[in-house]
Order: sequence, then C-alpha cells, then structure tokens
Amino acid sequence: MIPASFEYERADSSDHALELLDRHGEEAKLLAGGHSLLPMMRLRLATPAVLIDVGRLTDLSYVRDDGDAIAIGALTCHEDIKDSDVLKQHCGIVAHTAGEVGDPQVRHLGTIGGSIAHGDPASDLPTVMLALDAQFVVRSSGGGRTLAASNFFSGLFETALEPTNLLTEVRVPKLSGGWSYQKFHHRAQDWAIVGVAAVQHNGGAAVALTNMSDVPMRAAGVEQALASGSDAATAATEAAQNTSPPSDPFGSAEYRRDLAKVLTRRALQEAMSS
Amino acid sequence: MRRVSLTVNAVEHEAMVEPRQLLVYFLREQLGLTGTNVGCDTSTCGACTILLNGKSVKSCTVLAVQAEGTEVTTIEALAQDGDLHPLQQAFHETHALQCGYCTPGMIMAALDLITNNEDMDEDEIRTGLEGNLCRCTGYHNIVKAIQQASSEMRSFATK
Ligand SMILES: Cc1cc2nc3c(=O)[nH]c(=O)nc-3n(C[C@H](O)[C@H](O)[C@H](O)COP(=O)(O)OP(=O)(O)OC[C@H]3O[C@@H](n4cnc5c(N)ncnc54)[C@H](O)[C@@H]3O)c2cc1C
Ligand code: FES
Ligand code: FES
Repeated sequence: MIPASFEYERADSSDHALELLDRHGEEAKLLAGGHSLLPMMRLRLATPAVLIDVGRLTDLSYVRDDGDAIAIGALTCHEDIKDSDVLKQHCGIVAHTAGEVGDPQVRHLGTIGGSIAHGDPASDLPTVMLALDAQFVVRSSGGGRTLAASNFFSGLFETALEPTNLLTEVRVPKLSGGWSYQKFHHRAQDWAIVGVAAVQHNGGAAVALTNMSDVPMRAAGVEQALASGSDAATAATEAAQNTSPPSDPFGSAEYRRDLAKVLTRRALQEAMSS
Repeated sequence: MRRVSLTVNAVEHEAMVEPRQLLVYFLREQLGLTGTNVGCDTSTCGACTILLNGKSVKSCTVLAVQAEGTEVTTIEALAQDGDLHPLQQAFHETHALQCGYCTPGMIMAALDLITNNEDMDEDEIRTGLEGNLCRCTGYHNIVKAIQQASSEMRSFATK
C-alpha cells in the first residue's frame, strides 16, 4: 500500500530540523531511516501531515570515544554501529545487538535514534539501553536536556520525547564486565518474540527484557536475586515477575514468560563467563 | 509535487513526484524499470532490493524524495551488451530460480554482500540473505550461485 498524502520537508541541519518542528508542531513527524515509520504509514497506521526528513544530518552519524562513555550520534545506522571498532572494544553488546536488528537492508537505513524514539517494546536496542543505564541527549529550540533510559520509555510507542524534540546523541558506558543479548525469533530477519540483555558492570549485574510488557523493562526480580547471592540459574527463574507479555501467533503470553526465564539463564551464563 | 534528481544506472533523471511516492514505484512506473519487483506490503520480502549509493536497501521502504542526489543501481544495470553479469550467469547455471520473482532482489542483495565483504563462507551468505525470501527454491541453489559468482568475481578482480 501507499502512504496517505503528506507534506515533505528536508532539514539541512539540526537547527533547521528544530525550526521545522516548531513550525509544524504535532502535525509533523521526523523521518530518520524510515524503517519503522514508513511501514506504519504504508499500512495507514500512521498518517502524519508533515514529514521532516533528518536523514541527511550526517553530522549526527558517528561513534566516538568520549572519556568514560561512548557517544553515538542519533542518526548512526545499525550497520555502522554493528561494525564500530570503538563499540566492539568498549561496549560490545551495542554493536552485537545492532547486528541482530532486521536484515542488512534494514540495517543500512534504520538508525539507533529512530529505534529508541519509536518506543516499540519489541525493539532490541531500547532493551540494551535500559540494561546499560544509557543517557539520551535531546534538543529543542529552547535548549538541551539529557534523559536517562530508565525514565524514557513510558508506554506502547510512547517516550519522554515531546513533539518538538530531536534526539541527537546516545551515551553508553564503557563496560567493565561481560554481556549477552539473547534474541529468540521466528525467521532470521524477525523481531524478537522475547529478548534478554544482561550486562556486568562495576561489580553488579543488570538484566532487561524485550517484548515482555508494553515497554522494555528491567528484570528487577532477577537483579535482586543476583544481588542477594543467587546463582544465574536460580535468579533466572524470577524473570517473568511483573511482566505482561503479548499473545500473538508467534507465542502466547505463557510461552513468552517461560522463554524469558530460559533466555535470562542463557544471558546470565554468557555474560558471567566472558 | 516535488522535484527530485537522481542517478539511476549511471543515467541522470529529474522528475516531479508526490512525496508519498515510494522509490520502487518511481523506478517501475516513472522510469519503466520493471525488473525490481514488489512482493509484500510489510518490508519483509526483499524482492524490491536495489543499491542506494552502493548499499542494498528495500526500495519499497524509501520515498523517492529521500533518494534526491543519490546513485541508484537496479538489476537492469547488471548485464552488459547482452552478456549476463557473473551473478546472473551463476543463478542460471546452478538453477537458483524457479518462478524468478525473488531473483532480482536476491541478486542485488548478493551483489552488496560480495562487494562489501571479504570471502564469505556458506553461513555468512545465508545470514547475509536474511532480508530476502524465496518461496520456491529452498535457498540451497541460491547460496551455491552466490558462492560460484563470488569466486569468479574475485578472480576476475585480481586478474
Ligand atoms: C523488515 C524489518 C525488520 C525489522 N526488524 C527489527 C528487529 O529485529 N529489531 C528491531 O529492533 N528493529 C527492527 N526493525 C526496525 C528498525 O530497527 C528501524 O530502523 C528502527 O526501529 C527505526 O529507526 P529509523 O531510523 O528507521 O526510524 P524512523 O522510522 O525514521 O522513525 C521512527 C520514529 O522515531 C522518530 N524519530 C526518528 N529519529 C528521531 C530523532 N533523532 N529524534 C526524535 N525522534 C526521532 C520518528 O519521528 C518516528 O516516530 C525492523 C524494520 C523492518 C522494516
Ligand atoms: S516489496 Fe517486500 S520488502 Fe519491498
Ligand atoms: S524463485 Fe520463486 S520466489 Fe524465489
């Protein structure tokens, strides 16, 4: 199907994008790689009146070593993140997980900023961001602010971003320990039926879940069990606590709860052995 | 309507398009390049794969206006003066197609893989094709064709 009509604007700079956002307000949507938005527009699940194309803002496509953190430009495509030596060295889970997104064609256009801003609980990178306590740098014409991943994902396709905001940078820590992202899917290119991210950092372990609620979520029960001395296999049995996974043709909610426990065990074992 | 100018198969084009026009329909309907197929509504099948600035993309999930100033390569650019490209020849020789609907997309995805990766083993080829679905062949001969074309293209490049 073909999307409903809309007006198209192309931003030549971040400032220009912000100006266009202010001018068009809630009518407008930013277009980055278009690999979440255009499929939704083709199915007429989204019908924005104006698209503001930020795909040409190449100054927002980078991965940089920035002292204690790695800074990733919001317009960096999944393929560049997957291939980034800086990320492979300091925060391998981000490079690995970007390589698990979709297929090569999707990774050539889809961006990390789009993945995060879209707020889809079945997306892989938001879960990893949550496990890493990542920071998101956001601009509006009024100034800038930095949001913590833990306060960012507020509901199904809803985030803390306001309609006039541009996400410009994602900041992740340099990991001191092992990590794992376990993704269980149907066909190779598919979204996760369930995904589990586990990272060891500064002596603690963080675990986050994909597609187990209407937002990516931390597996608090697993983290508490680990903190109080449980081994990986025992802690993993807490993975379904407080979850509300969807039921769909790929799996019932009950199946997903079970899968979350199995994948959490595998993720913890892999993170702890590396 | 909005003006776009882009290079398709080394020829420059300028046209007026509706912003909502998808690149694949621009190629097929405005330029008459019907080698690129449309096989789904959900960005999953890969039949519409082309190269955009040398990278494989699904042209059903790109707006024509997004392609402003880019270089597009479609399946029509591969055969030269009636001689099949090594990938086309290998698909032909190894029976890598039955109905042929997925073939243009498979070949364009494979062209990106061969050009942008060092020698690939069978596993890497299979993973590299995760964005392309084939309902007929069961993939085995597609993988064989890509292996054959890949070694021919490399030995040709080093000659
Ligand atoms: C076939 C297919 C398979 C896929 N498989 C997976 C998968 O397995 N796992 C997965 O995680 N994802 C998957 N995806 C989605 C893919 O990762 C998308 O690229 C990503 O979700 C969105 O990034 P984008 O740049 O394409 O964003 P767009 O589609 O351009 O935008 C998405 C949303 O974010 C907003 N936005 C974009 N950039 C910004 C910004 N800088 N600041 C503020 N708002 C912004 C847009 O306005 C829009 O609302 C798949 C997509 C397809 C088509
Ligand atoms: S037509 Fe199926 S992915 Fe483009
Ligand atoms: S040959 Fe028929 S779909 Fe691939």
